[in-house]
Amino acid sequence: MAPKLKKKSSRRKKSPKPILAASEDMEPVNMESMGHPEIYPLVLTTKTQEIFNCRIDEDITDEQPYKLINKEDIFEDLRNRAAVSDFHPVKKIVQEYPGNELLLVYDKDFKYGLNFYLIGTEEGKENYLNPPEVSEEQEEYKEYIPEDVYIYKPPVSKPWVSLGSEKEIEEESVTESTKQITYMISRKRSEFGAPIKFSDQNASSVKDAYIECTAYPDKNFTLKQLEKDVGMQVIPQIKDISTQTKWTYPKNATTQYYPREFSEEEKETLKQSKPLVDFLNNASISVEIALQQNEITNTFIDDWKHLAEEEGTFGDKTDTHLKEYQSFTDLHSPTEKMITCVSWHPTIYGLIAVSVAVRLSFEDRVHFSGKLLLQPSLILFWSFSDPIHPQLMLESPDDIFCFKFCPSDPNIIAGGCINGQIVMWDITAHADRIENIKGGGSRSKKATLKPMFLLEPESNKEAMYIRHCAVSSIENGHKRVITDIHWLSDTFEINRMGSVFENRSGICCQLVTCSADCTICFWDIRPQKPLTPQTTEKKKEESIEIPFDVPSTFLHLDLSWKPLTKLKLSKGETSLDHCPTKISLNEDHLLCKTQDKMLAQSKTAKAEEMNPYHNLESGVANLLKPIDDFCTKFFVGTEEGEVIYTDWKMERDPETGRFMPKKPVNLHTIHDGIVHTIQRSPFYDDIILTVGGWNVAIWKESVMTGPLLQSCCAPKRYTSGHWSLTRPGVFYIGREDGYIDIWDLLEKTHEPAQSQNICITMITCIKPWIFSPKQQFIAIADYYGTLHILEIPWTLSRPSANEMTSINHYFEREVKHLEYVEQRKKIREQEKKEMEQEMAKKKVKIYQKSKEQMEAELKMDYESYLELEKTVLINLGLIKVTEKGSYLDVM
Amino acid sequence: MEIGEIQSHKGVIGTMVVNAEGIPIRTTLDNSTTVQYAGLLHHLTMKAKSTVRDIDPQNDLTFLRIRSKKHEIMVAPDKEYLLIVIQNPCE
Repeated sequence: MAPKLKKKSSRRKKSPKPILAASEDMEPVNMESMGHPEIYPLVLTTKTQEIFNCRIDEDITDEQPYKLINKEDIFEDLRNRAAVSDFHPVKKIVQEYPGNELLLVYDKDFKYGLNFYLIGTEEGKENYLNPPEVSEEQEEYKEYIPEDVYIYKPPVSKPWVSLGSEKEIEEESVTESTKQITYMISRKRSEFGAPIKFSDQNASSVKDAYIECTAYPDKNFTLKQLEKDVGMQVIPQIKDISTQTKWTYPKNATTQYYPREFSEEEKETLKQSKPLVDFLNNASISVEIALQQNEITNTFIDDWKHLAEEEGTFGDKTDTHLKEYQSFTDLHSPTEKMITCVSWHPTIYGLIAVSVAVRLSFEDRVHFSGKLLLQPSLILFWSFSDPIHPQLMLESPDDIFCFKFCPSDPNIIAGGCINGQIVMWDITAHADRIENIKGGGSRSKKATLKPMFLLEPESNKEAMYIRHCAVSSIENGHKRVITDIHWLSDTFEINRMGSVFENRSGICCQLVTCSADCTICFWDIRPQKPLTPQTTEKKKEESIEIPFDVPSTFLHLDLSWKPLTKLKLSKGETSLDHCPTKISLNEDHLLCKTQDKMLAQSKTAKAEEMNPYHNLESGVANLLKPIDDFCTKFFVGTEEGEVIYTDWKMERDPETGRFMPKKPVNLHTIHDGIVHTIQRSPFYDDIILTVGGWNVAIWKESVMTGPLLQSCCAPKRYTSGHWSLTRPGVFYIGREDGYIDIWDLLEKTHEPAQSQNICITMITCIKPWIFSPKQQFIAIADYYGTLHILEIPWTLSRPSANEMTSINHYFEREVKHLEYVEQRKKIREQEKKEMEQEMAKKKVKIYQKSKEQMEAELKMDYESYLELEKTVLINLGLIKVTEKGSYLDVM
Repeated sequence: MEIGEIQSHKGVIGTMVVNAEGIPIRTTLDNSTTVQYAGLLHHLTMKAKSTVRDIDPQNDLTFLRIRSKKHEIMVAPDKEYLLIVIQNPCE
């Protein structure tokens, strides 16, 4: 606001002069700079507003923001109020104003800086009051034009003010500083368009063809190094040398060295030398300390590790139930069958063989014997991959009650029949059929989709009926049902006398059977040296027609097979003989230990490619070495519930001179019913489990006094039992109501640890089997012919860390307990004896009364007794008084 | 001799006395085992001794115990001889 300052300064300069005169010199401010030279902004105070009646919002409103003011009034105001008047600044304009009335406009928006402005020219006034028609017209046409209509004023040209840009432009612009040189080159016209020839030439050859600027060392730019920092190190002298050996040819060379040793004399001299003795004295002290430290405690033991059970359990630890995996039933058999024996195939995974028998009692069998002859008795081979069709069916002449795979060749199967015959099968020809079952088998899928009633029994012919290869002789074998059959281990064989020899053939070639006719027979599958002339046998062979598909492995045995030895289990001359139901030999648990399985397999592999069973004759003639110290004793369980420990070796009867079987070493009647399981523990050689009747007993072979454990009577009869294959303290017992009791000796010894229902009927056979460390199955066969396969959970299959030692301790404790009981018995007997002696002594004392007195007393007693008797009899009314005499005679 | 007393300790499998060059003088084990133990342990003892002395020249090896999974081997060295005892510490 420079002009205002000017105003003020001018005012001060002329302060003594009257104000009116000073104001005359002043130039009023006008809005020339804004393009409105006629507008003079004014400030009107409220007093001035009242004087001129231009009060804001009362006289001057938005509709009429202006007021026409008379010139005279302004002059009057000026005269009245002089410098104080608001019109003072514009006094000059007012004086010069041509018209009579001035327009004073209220500047509401302070557009020109102050709240009022005066329009100083007539034209301005006119313009304001009467805005040009154009804009009015525009307003008429465009009603939506905003209120503040911008009146276009063409730009007014102003003189250019230099702001320094022309210098920049001068700098940037390119101007020719020098005069341009022009060249004019001319050439003969004829030479235009001629072919051009370019050639090379050395620049240096032509003089002044080039200008060279050679480099030269300029002294101004050279640096001279005045100081240098260098590190030094002393090293030994190094010499690099390389050589290459000449390798002419390989030559085997060996060196052998032996350690330096002292000779005996040197050792002796050294021993006596003093330094050694001193050294030993000194050293032994520290060594003793170290040794004792180790004996006291094992410092490196990790207690946490030893406290914990094995880590990494597979599966749920809380799951202790057997899980149903699969079940097999023969749906094509016309009659109801029951399963008599179950056996897993020793080598092939998922293959299990089952022997079925007709579910009839003896009378019914006799009654229906005609019908039964028409139906084949079978051993069925079931595979996990096909639950409906058996893979193989082995035919036998009659129902099989027990069978076993040969341990050294799983293609040989021996079974015991209900009529006392042993039946042999050889399935080597079909071995590849059953080995490749996993792939789905040769059966087409169509067959399995057909509903059951459409499937004819003939379609089962795909499942091969395999006829047996040999049966034992009917007359010479057993007379009643064979209840148990075992293969003797391939490490020994026995002869007629029962003496044990070593087995050179490397295969199992002998069997032992026991039967309900109270005999135990040993059989040899090798051809025997014929004792009778061969002609009759040959004739027999010729007359028998052998079907072509039956292998001739055991042809020499067919129908003429006699047992090697027969043992009769007799109780004595008068009473009935023992009827054995199961036997348990020493080496039976070979099948359960996998290490020995390997040995057996390797043995069969070592034998020639030809199956040794086809070459059975070769093994007979060998002279065999007898094995000494062989335990020929074995356990027998009988039908009456007795457990007999007897010997198969014959001994010479001193009276008759014949070889007689020995008397049983031990006999215990523990079970109340038939003993159907005698089994050695897979972990301990001498622990035997016997199950029969209503209870279970565990025996130790060397302990003759009684069983280690005898369970109390169960509510239901026990019908089968088996040790667990992986846990030493677990065994499974099947009951007659279809429940399976799982006993865990570590948990409880008085009752089963758990009980699980498998089926609705009696369980006839239990067989567990290990497939892999993580998978164990148990096959349970029931009375209605269904075979259930269940999976054993982790807890039952995995032994805990110290289970073997714990069970061992348990058995040892039981043995000690039995010994203690024995001792107590003895002590008791002694006590009893002593007591009796004392009693006797007392009696003797009493007896020392005089003889006559005794007689008198006796007589008195006797008479009183007679009277008593008389009264009693009279009371009973049995005698009359007169019969007393006859009674006395009788006495 | 004290060897017998050491040998009769609980768990001791074998005892032997070896000279400074690793040649066995007296032993309770069979010859081949003794020779093997003597040769190997002699080297190891020398190495252990030199290790101890390298770290601190005024120090010296007094006893060497090697504990393995199956048993513990104890070596008592001397200027001229070595006493080696093999013990099975676990019960």
